[in-house]
Amino acid sequence: MQQKSLVSKEYKTVNYVSGPLIFVERLEGVSFGEIARITLPNGEMRTGQVLDISKDLGVIQVYEGTSGIDDLKTTVTFTGDPPCIYVSHGMLGRVFNGVGIPRDGGPEIIPEAHLDINGMPINPYARDKPADFIQTGISAIDGLNTLVRGQKLPIFSGAGLPASELAAQIARQTKVLGEGEKFAVVFAAMGITYKEASFFMRDFERTGALERVVFFMNLADDPTIERIATPRCALTTAEFLAYTHGLHVLVILTDMTNYCEALREISTAREEVPGRRGYPGYMYTDLASIYERAGRIQGKKGSITQIPILTMPDDDITHPVPDLTGYITEGQIVLSRDLFRRGLTPPIDVLPCLSRLMNLGIGPEKTREDHRNVADQLYASYAYGRDLRRLVAIVGEEALTELDKKYLYFADLFEKEFVSQSNEDRSIERTFEIGWNLLSILPETELKRIKMNFIEKYHPEHKDTTGA
Amino acid sequence: MAEGLISRITGPVVVAEHMLGAKMYDIVTVGNEQLNGEIIRLDADEAVIQVYEDTAGLTIGESVVTTELPLSVELGPGLISSIYDGVQRPLPELVKQTGNFISRGVTIPGLDHEKKWEFVATVKPGDTVGPGDIIGTVREYHIEHRIMVPPTGGGVVREISGGEYTVDDTVCILEDGTGITLMQRWPVRKGRPYRKKLDPTLPLLTGQRIFDTLFPVTKGGTAMIPGGFGTGKTVSEQTLAKWSDTQIVVYIGCGERGNEMTDVLTEFPELTDPRTGKPLIHRTILIANTSNMPVAAREASIYTGITIGEYFRDMGYDVALMADSTSRWGEALREVSGRLEEMPGEEGYPAYLASRLAAFYERAGRVTCLGTDERMGSITIVGAVSPPGGDFSEPITQNTLRIAGTFWALDTTLAHARHFPAINWIKSYSLYLDSVQEWFADHVSEDWRELRERTMYLLQKEVELQEIVQLVGPDALPESEKAILEITRMLREDFLQQSAYDAVDSFCPLDKQYWMLKVILAYHDAIMKAMDRGTSIKLLLDLPVKSEIARMKEREDVNDIKAILGQIDENMSSVEGA
Repeated sequence: MQQKSLVSKEYKTVNYVSGPLIFVERLEGVSFGEIARITLPNGEMRTGQVLDISKDLGVIQVYEGTSGIDDLKTTVTFTGDPPCIYVSHGMLGRVFNGVGIPRDGGPEIIPEAHLDINGMPINPYARDKPADFIQTGISAIDGLNTLVRGQKLPIFSGAGLPASELAAQIARQTKVLGEGEKFAVVFAAMGITYKEASFFMRDFERTGALERVVFFMNLADDPTIERIATPRCALTTAEFLAYTHGLHVLVILTDMTNYCEALREISTAREEVPGRRGYPGYMYTDLASIYERAGRIQGKKGSITQIPILTMPDDDITHPVPDLTGYITEGQIVLSRDLFRRGLTPPIDVLPCLSRLMNLGIGPEKTREDHRNVADQLYASYAYGRDLRRLVAIVGEEALTELDKKYLYFADLFEKEFVSQSNEDRSIERTFEIGWNLLSILPETELKRIKMNFIEKYHPEHKDTTGA
Repeated sequence: MAEGLISRITGPVVVAEHMLGAKMYDIVTVGNEQLNGEIIRLDADEAVIQVYEDTAGLTIGESVVTTELPLSVELGPGLISSIYDGVQRPLPELVKQTGNFISRGVTIPGLDHEKKWEFVATVKPGDTVGPGDIIGTVREYHIEHRIMVPPTGGGVVREISGGEYTVDDTVCILEDGTGITLMQRWPVRKGRPYRKKLDPTLPLLTGQRIFDTLFPVTKGGTAMIPGGFGTGKTVSEQTLAKWSDTQIVVYIGCGERGNEMTDVLTEFPELTDPRTGKPLIHRTILIANTSNMPVAAREASIYTGITIGEYFRDMGYDVALMADSTSRWGEALREVSGRLEEMPGEEGYPAYLASRLAAFYERAGRVTCLGTDERMGSITIVGAVSPPGGDFSEPITQNTLRIAGTFWALDTTLAHARHFPAINWIKSYSLYLDSVQEWFADHVSEDWRELRERTMYLLQKEVELQEIVQLVGPDALPESEKAILEITRMLREDFLQQSAYDAVDSFCPLDKQYWMLKVILAYHDAIMKAMDRGTSIKLLLDLPVKSEIARMKEREDVNDIKAILGQIDENMSSVEGA
C-alpha cells in the first residue's frame, strides 16, 4: 500500500447516482477497495467503499444508502484504508450495528487491534483438522449429522419455520464433552426484524450467556448495503477472539438470504451480467469468502464454528442461495414445513440433512463405536419407510407385506420419538438409546448396515439377555 | 520489456496502458506490491490482466511490468507429495514465510532449489539422445523419477556423471554445449508433446464395484462425476485418488473447501497404497486452491495440475488426475469474462466455455511418449461437476457430457437414503465397455461382460416393475417378477453399496467383485429354477444363505465368497426336500 498522504483531497465530482452506488469523476491516487467518507449537503457523514476504479471514474458503494446525495454539493474524501474494524475482548456482551459501531448506548470499546474486515484466506496447509465432537443435545444433529468444532453447518429454513429457535437451542445447549473450555458466541443479524433479534437477546439473557455474546445488528429497517459488511465484521471479531484470545467461537449468521439480496442489489446497480435469478456470477466466491472463515488453525487454541441461517424462498432448496451455500458449507440442516405442520419440534427433515465432517467427530473415545453404523441404519430404514408412505397413499396399507408395515411404523415412530424433542437437552447416550429402541422394531436380519458384533453388544434384546 | 501503468481496477481484473510489445498470456507483475498476473487480452496498447492475488489496495498509475514468460511450472525432483496453490506456490513454504493466512506479493518457486538429489546416469558420453530420452534417474520415495531430455533438445552427450545435484545444476552437457538440468519449465496452457496417441484398452482399476464392474473408465480415458451438493462428489474423487492403480495421482482441489484439503493432507500419509504398501502421499501431488483463494489462480489451477501430470506421463507412468470441481473452474472463467464485459453465452458463461473444456479433457490419453524407447504412459482425467440445483441441463454438465467417456451420475435421492456411492446405475454409462472387454476376459473371466449385461438388465427391469408396483401394489406381480425385485434389492444393497470408510469394504479387489456378482446371480438362477419346479417364493426368500450374501462385503478371503455358491445349492435342496 502507498504511503498515506497527509493532505486528503475532497472531491465534489459526483456525477451519477444509481441505487446504492455513486460514480465520482477525476480521482487521483485512490486505491481499489479503500474506504471513502461522503459528506452530504446537510452535513451528514456516510461511509462507502471503492468497487471499481479507472483513470477518470470511481464507483463507490455507500453503506448507509444514497438517499439525500446530490451531484452538486456532496463531497467525497478517501481514507486510504481498507474497511476495518476495531476489536477487543471487551466486545463480549455488547451490541454493535452492522459495521461495528456500538448501538447499545454504551461507551466506545477500547480497541486492542484494528483489522481489515475482509481478512485473508487461511492457508489450507495451516488448517488443523476438525476433530472435536460438539454435543448440541438435539438427536437429529448429534446422532445423524454430528457437528464438529471448526465446521460450518447452515440451517436451511423456510419462511415461518422455527430456525431461530433451533439456532438458539444449539447455542444454549452446545457443549464439548469432558471440557470446561471458554467459549463465545458472535451473532450477526442481517436484515432480520426487531422481533427476531430480540428473541435471541432474550434467550441469551435468560440462560445467562449474554456476557459471552457479541451482537452485530443490522435490522430490517437498517441500510441494506451495510449488510455486505456485517458478516465480515462479525467474522473478523470471531477470528480475533479465537486466534488471539483462544476462545471457541460459535458464529451465528442470520439471515444469509438477505445478505445475498444486498449483493444482488449492488450487482444490478453496476449493470453486471447477471447469473441465475439475477444474482451475480461471483456469488459463489463471495459466499465462500465468508463461510471459509470457519475452521481451526494448527497451534492455535481457539476455533470458529459457523451456523449460518438462511431462508429458502418458496422452500426451494435449488434456489441459488441455499444451493451455493450447500456447495461451500460442510453439510446442512434442513427444516421441513410438513413436519412443522404435524407439530414436530424441531421440524428437521433428516433425509436432505448432512454433516460432511461427521466421521471426524464420532467413533470410539469420541462418541461410541457403533455411531456410524447406527446412523446409517436409521437413515436407510427411515428413507425406506418414507418411500412406503407414497405407496400406501396409492394402494392402501393392506397391500403391504408384514415387513413393510413394520418399516412404516418405524418411520412414524422415528419422527415422533427421535427427531421431535422440544426443548429437551439429550445426551448422546440417550440419543443412541432411542435409536436402538427404534431399530429393535425391525427384524434383526434387516439391520444390514450394522456390524454383527455391535448388534450383539447394543441391540436391546441382546442387552436384556446378557444382562439377565 | 513492456512496462505500463494501471488504468483501471475491477475485482481480479486490472487494465494497464502503455503495454505495447507485451505478449498474450505473458506473466506480469502488477503494482508496488508486485502481485502476479497474466495478460488475457490485448487491445492496442492496453493490456487486460487477471491477477492471481487479491487486488485491494492497488492504485491507478502504479506500474505493470511483463516478465515476457508465459505462466509456467517447474518440473523436476521434489514434486511428489507436494501441496501447491493454483500457480504452483508450495503452501508449506508460504506458511513459513507469511504465516497462517495467505498474504500477497510472495513469489516462491515450485521446487526446492537448495535440496540435493542423488542422480544416477543411464547414458554415457558419446551416446546420442533425442527429445524425451531418459538420461538418468533420481529416486523420490519409491518412485523412479526419470530425468528426460527436454522435448525440444537432443544431441550427442559430451559429459554426464552421477552424484548429488540441486535441480539447477547441469548434470549433462551435449556436444553443442547445451546443458541439461534436473528441472524443466513448461508453460501450463500448452500440452506437452508425445509421439502418438493410443487407443485406451486397459481399465483403470479403482477397487470400487460400481466403477470397475458396471461403468469402467480406461487408463487414458475421461470420466465425469456430476451431482448436487451432498451427493458424494468429493468422497468419490478422494476414493479414486486413494485406490486407483496408477503410479501417480494429481489431486486438484479447485475452488472447494479448505477443511477437505486438510482431510486429504492428514489422511493420505497414514493410508497405504494396497498395491505397493507405501504411504499414499508418496505418489500424490496436491493442488489446493480453495474457494476463498483468488479466482484467477483457480482458473490456472487445473492447467498447473495437468501439466505436472503430463510430465509424469512422459516418464512412462500412469497418472490419474482428479479435478474437484470443474464447475468452480468454469465459474472462475465466467467471473473474469464478466469483468471483461464480454458478450455472455448460456447462463452468463463465456461462449468459449465448451472449447476450453474440450481442450482440457483432450489432454487426457494413453500415449507413446517421446524418446526412442517407445515407453507408454497415460493420464486419466476424472472431473467432478457441481451443477446448480443438481440440474444436469446446465452448460458445464452438458458440455462435459459431450467429451467425457464415462458418466457417473450422482443421485440426490440415493444420497438421502445413504446409498453410497450414490451413483445412479440407470443414468450412468461408460463408452469404454468394448475397449476393455478383452482385458477383462483375459484377466478376470470370460463371462465378465455377460454378468455385467445381466446385472444391468435386472436393474433396468426393476425400474419398470417399480412403476407397476407404484400403481397397483406389489401383490399384483407374478412370482417370477417378485423374485427379480428381491434380487435387484440384493444387487443394490449387497453389491452396489460400498462404504468408503469401512476398513475392508473401502477397497474391493477385482476377483472379489467378480465372485460377489457371480454369487448373487447364481442365487437368482437357483430360485428361478426352484420356482419352475413349483416351490413357493415364500419359502425361497427366507433362506439362511441370504444373510451370508449380505455379509459378503465384510469377507476378506475370496474363497469364503466362492463357498457361498455351495451353500446356495444346499439351501435349495433342503427347502425342496421338505
